[in-house]
Amino acid sequence: MTSIFFDIGQPIRKATNDFVDFLVVDYGDFFEAVSNSILSVLVSLERVLRDAPPWLVLIVIGLIAYGASRRAGLSIAMVVATWFIGALGLWEQAMQTIAIMLVSVLLAIVIGIPIGVSAARSNRFRAIVNPVLDLMQTIPSFVYLIPAAMLFGLGKVPAILATVIYATPPLIRLTDLGIRQVDVEVVEAARAFGATRWQILKGVQIPLALPSIMQGINQTMMMALAMVVIASMIGARGVGETVLLGLQRNDSGTGLIGGIAIVVLAIVFDRISQSFGDRLQAYRKVHH
Amino acid sequence: MSLIEVRNVTKIFGADPKAMLTKVKAGMGKDELLAETGHTLGLHDVSLSIEKGEIFVIMGLSGSGKSTLIRHFNRLIDPTDGAIVIDGTDIMTLPTRDLEQFRRQKLSMVFQRFGLLPHRTVLDNVAYGLELRGIARAQRHETAMEWIDAVGLSGYENQYPSQLSGGMQQRVGLARALASNAEILLMDEAFSALDPLIRSQMQDQLIELQARLHKTIVFITHDLDEALRIGDRIAILKDGVLCQVGTPPEILLQPADDYVRAFVRDVNRARALSVDVVMQPPALRLTTENLDHALEEMRRVGESYGYVVERDRYRGVVTQEAIEDAIKAPGNDSLYDIAVETPHFGPETVIEHVLPATLESDWPVPVVGPDGSLAGVVSRSDMGQILGRDEEEAEPDDDAGDGKDEPARRQVGRDVAGAA
Ligand SMILES: Nc1ncnc2c1ncn2[C@@H]1O[C@H](COP(=O)(O)OP(=O)(O)O)[C@@H](O)[C@H]1O
Ligand SMILES: [Mg+2]
Repeated sequence: MTSIFFDIGQPIRKATNDFVDFLVVDYGDFFEAVSNSILSVLVSLERVLRDAPPWLVLIVIGLIAYGASRRAGLSIAMVVATWFIGALGLWEQAMQTIAIMLVSVLLAIVIGIPIGVSAARSNRFRAIVNPVLDLMQTIPSFVYLIPAAMLFGLGKVPAILATVIYATPPLIRLTDLGIRQVDVEVVEAARAFGATRWQILKGVQIPLALPSIMQGINQTMMMALAMVVIASMIGARGVGETVLLGLQRNDSGTGLIGGIAIVVLAIVFDRISQSFGDRLQAYRKVHH
Repeated sequence: MSLIEVRNVTKIFGADPKAMLTKVKAGMGKDELLAETGHTLGLHDVSLSIEKGEIFVIMGLSGSGKSTLIRHFNRLIDPTDGAIVIDGTDIMTLPTRDLEQFRRQKLSMVFQRFGLLPHRTVLDNVAYGLELRGIARAQRHETAMEWIDAVGLSGYENQYPSQLSGGMQQRVGLARALASNAEILLMDEAFSALDPLIRSQMQDQLIELQARLHKTIVFITHDLDEALRIGDRIAILKDGVLCQVGTPPEILLQPADDYVRAFVRDVNRARALSVDVVMQPPALRLTTENLDHALEEMRRVGESYGYVVERDRYRGVVTQEAIEDAIKAPGNDSLYDIAVETPHFGPETVIEHVLPATLESDWPVPVVGPDGSLAGVVSRSDMGQILGRDEEEAEPDDDAGDGKDEPARRQVGRDVAGAA
């Protein structure tokens, strides 16, 4: 019996596998180099966080929170929340997770902001980027975890890449949106006074899009934290691993404290980045 | 050569403007072009020249192409066809770097919604043009402070734009434009967003500043009263086509077509025109001191009064009767001594202020120049003619109760009432 379905799945499968094999064989060195440089940044950050005495980390978090919000109450709450994670017995794991998240967010910023800026400047580029972003956000992470693991091996680097793929789209979109929303008359004024394209970008568009970009960074952080459990499946350590262990050993208690630690981390990073974003908009407030 | 020359500029907005050029050149209008091709005709074959030091007003209804035209002067918009020459430079030939340099040095601009940088203080906004020119911080702040002071915003330099009222924000916009010390000031509906009272204050301030600075100002407005108030010359645009360019009296008194006529119909001429537009040479100018000669002259011309001028300076009015009395009386009066000083006005005085005097006076009211010379005289009938002019062309009034009034009188009456 002949089917009405042509077999398209098979060729796609084969082509993809061939392509990944080709990358692994011919560009293995390149991927290893990328992998090593990301890894070295991650490892040193992780070492700093884990080797530092917890009280110092808590003080630094308090200072960062205060610098971002200028609110003592919020800063103290953030310190207490972080201390609570330690009290759950997950301090080391939390430091690993923070390190992975910060490196991922850093990469997302380095990649996402320039792409967002380009998308805002060119409708054609945006038309290409948008469907790719949709794809990145809807495709289940495991689909790209497999080739990522093949290219980079199991461990932290593919976990970071998977996190970056998952968490960068909102930053790109919000950068694009933020720049497009800048008042055309303000940009026109800058042009009229003889600003170059770069001066307009640096002095007008980016600063005015900054609240929106900060919102993008905030979302990227939250999505990166959401990835920690999945990332732990391919060898990233951290609080995700605690949750995973709970699942594997049918130990609900361990799973729960891992889950609580993730939520608390999310709250800490969310509050800090949001209040920083709010402060960036202070000039918009009218206070006669 | 004029400072700004616009030569046959056509601007078409849309997917393929160049291809539409032949249709537009063949005379296709704005509506037709839009309906047939989806392209918008922004400007159609506009040519004009703007002289150094004048305030040139571009006027038209919303969508007539005013903003499009003014944005050609600094190439925020490139023309589809035609050339713009500023101070001898065809700005279409400038490469990007030179164009940016040209914008920094030559032109500055004030925007309808102010276009201020919301994340910078008033001081840094005003200093923006200087910053782009690479002027050091201390120096540009010093210059900026002077201009903040000049527009009356001292004390607000460290505020953000959102903390200021609309009128104050536009003063910042004006200070920013003036601080860059560019020769040409482009103002796109700069005062349209402001309340009427603030608006007329800003108009006064602009006129005051211009008297001191002698910039070349291109000013856009959709408000004819504003145009008449500040413009040395006015250009009227309709659907991207230039209808007329002229001085305010030319626009008011010799409208080029029905569109301009409809535009100026409701203007209060008594307020918009100054007496020098209506004044006539005096019927009799007496320049002699000798009473007998004066009387002789008066009889020859057949007037019962004359205007006495002593060595180019106006002295007053004499009647035939007064001369005859003076001749009969003992003593040796000179004509200069018996001339009576009556109310007189400067040539720039608006008609509105002179009107009551012409109605009360038995002879035409003298207009005296700033140097004291007799520039001319205005009579009641000159006034009536200029203020009532439109009525002759207007359709007859159906209102029966009004029938016996002659149209010209009614018009004058209305304007006087409006002026009160
Ligand atoms: N960027 C643009 N794209 C398409 N049409 C435009 C653009 N800018 C202006 N127009 C059109 O050109 C005409 C003139 O606009 P504009 O110069 O802004 O008028 P005004 O300033 O006199 O109100 C209008 O019909 C407007 O819709
Ligand atoms: Mg406009």
